[in-house]
Amino acid sequence: MSGLFAALFSGIAWIVSTIDPFCGPAGIFRWFGSGTLLACGDTGWGDEIAYGFLVTASLAIATLPVGLVIGFFVALAKQSNERALRLAANIYTTIFRGLPELLTLFIVYYGLQILVQQFLATLGYEDPIEINAFAAGMIALGVVFSAYCSEVLLSAFKAIPQGQYEAGDALGFHRGKTMRLIILPQLVRIALPGLGNLWMALLKDTALVSVVGLPDILRQTGIAARVTKEAFQFFGIACILFLILAMVSSIAFSALERWTKRAEMHR
Amino acid sequence: MSIADTMIPPQAPPPAPPRAYTLSRFVGSVALGIWLALGVGIFFTVVEGWDPEKLARYGPSFLSGLGVTLMLVTSSILMGAVLSLPVALGRMSKHRLWSWLAYAYVYFFRGTPLITQLFLVYYGLGSFRPELQSIGLWWFFRDAWNCALFTFTLNTAAYQAEILRGAIESVPRGQHEGAAALGLPERVAFFKIILPQAMIVALRPYGNEIILMIKGSAIVAIVTVFDLMGETRRAFSRTFDYQMYVWAAALYLLIVEVLRNIWGWLEARLTRHLKR
Repeated sequence: MSGLFAALFSGIAWIVSTIDPFCGPAGIFRWFGSGTLLACGDTGWGDEIAYGFLVTASLAIATLPVGLVIGFFVALAKQSNERALRLAANIYTTIFRGLPELLTLFIVYYGLQILVQQFLATLGYEDPIEINAFAAGMIALGVVFSAYCSEVLLSAFKAIPQGQYEAGDALGFHRGKTMRLIILPQLVRIALPGLGNLWMALLKDTALVSVVGLPDILRQTGIAARVTKEAFQFFGIACILFLILAMVSSIAFSALERWTKRAEMHR
Repeated sequence: MSIADTMIPPQAPPPAPPRAYTLSRFVGSVALGIWLALGVGIFFTVVEGWDPEKLARYGPSFLSGLGVTLMLVTSSILMGAVLSLPVALGRMSKHRLWSWLAYAYVYFFRGTPLITQLFLVYYGLGSFRPELQSIGLWWFFRDAWNCALFTFTLNTAAYQAEILRGAIESVPRGQHEGAAALGLPERVAFFKIILPQAMIVALRPYGNEIILMIKGSAIVAIVTVFDLMGETRRAFSRTFDYQMYVWAAALYLLIVEVLRNIWGWLEARLTRHLKR
């Protein structure tokens, strides 16, 4: 079994190293960075920064589904008939939209650490433990993302007329089926621009997780800056990398928007 | 044929059927219960760990941190508002060069994280120390507070420029034409007709931007400015008392909620002529 996993991981590592746009066979740092501070391998910082890019992108991509799912259910709770449910959901969004992301991250990071430590202490395990920064970042950013996402989805829900639900009832659909086949496709189309903005905010917020030690773009370039004393160059590269991420995602989102609107009339 | 000579006495409506115990009701009670338990738990830990000495030592520094945060946000928002005017005009300009420059400015500051921009200014400009010293600007960029103010001003100017542009472009063309038909000079038309209508549209985004800046300003703690977040981190690193973060969270929530309510009131007040 472990052999299978090892083979799987080495396969993934091979694929990533082949399509790596920085240090892969066709990478920019490989072709233009050799001999400079950005060279790949032990002589430069190219591969470290490429790894940071990968970490940032994977943190954002891993957070997205978590935030979307929680946000969807919070949005459902907000338009429920049950007063308790609405109140609980509103408390959730008020808290997590009002707190600075950095503070949420610290609360999750240190709070989890304390909780796990206390839990382990009751089991008789006293050694200090460290929470994985990736997991803490994923939880904190996912919670913040879901709070904003629920607002976007709620306004999208309000844009769908009641008749659509009634149509589902008339066809004899179960509630879940109405949601899946009738409401969700329209919801995605309406909410997509708002979700695109949230995704951009999420990408930028990942930079905060470097503060608790996640080796993302900002941390890797920060280390390079401290070692080489070329702070402006390396933080400039960090900015450019974030700009590249933003550009790629805006292209992807406009393609996605075109795809969701493919059934609309062309004029 | 029968004649009814007695009226049926009025009767109470049938009793409402008992509310069904649905799944959503159950989930709602559980969720509310969790919030309640959390609130009570936090309350008790605060009461239990209540330490007048700690409060006396860190209370004033929390307040001064709050002052630093508010000061930083207020001054950067105001200076950013001034700076956003030329940028917004550049964005709307027909001149290719100006509009391109303004677009690049806005794209850079909106596309990169605020913390990266702050590092670029605070650590990055340090590599140009001799140059900065020769033009006499080093005293400014040596100080973390100035760097934070500089970065935040540039950042919020980009966002505010977009808000302003969107608001001005949302004013219908007929308003320009109406002003022109009345023979109003362009300046008067802009300040007396276009801008007031644009500001109503821009009010809500401006409020959101201020809240975003308050939340975003927490990152200055990383570059050694002791704002609310910085004081919290300092107090936490000295006491290892988790309560410090609870206090900071309460203060941040308080500011944001107060601001949100003020803004809601302001908006209701300023748009009362639009209500039907």
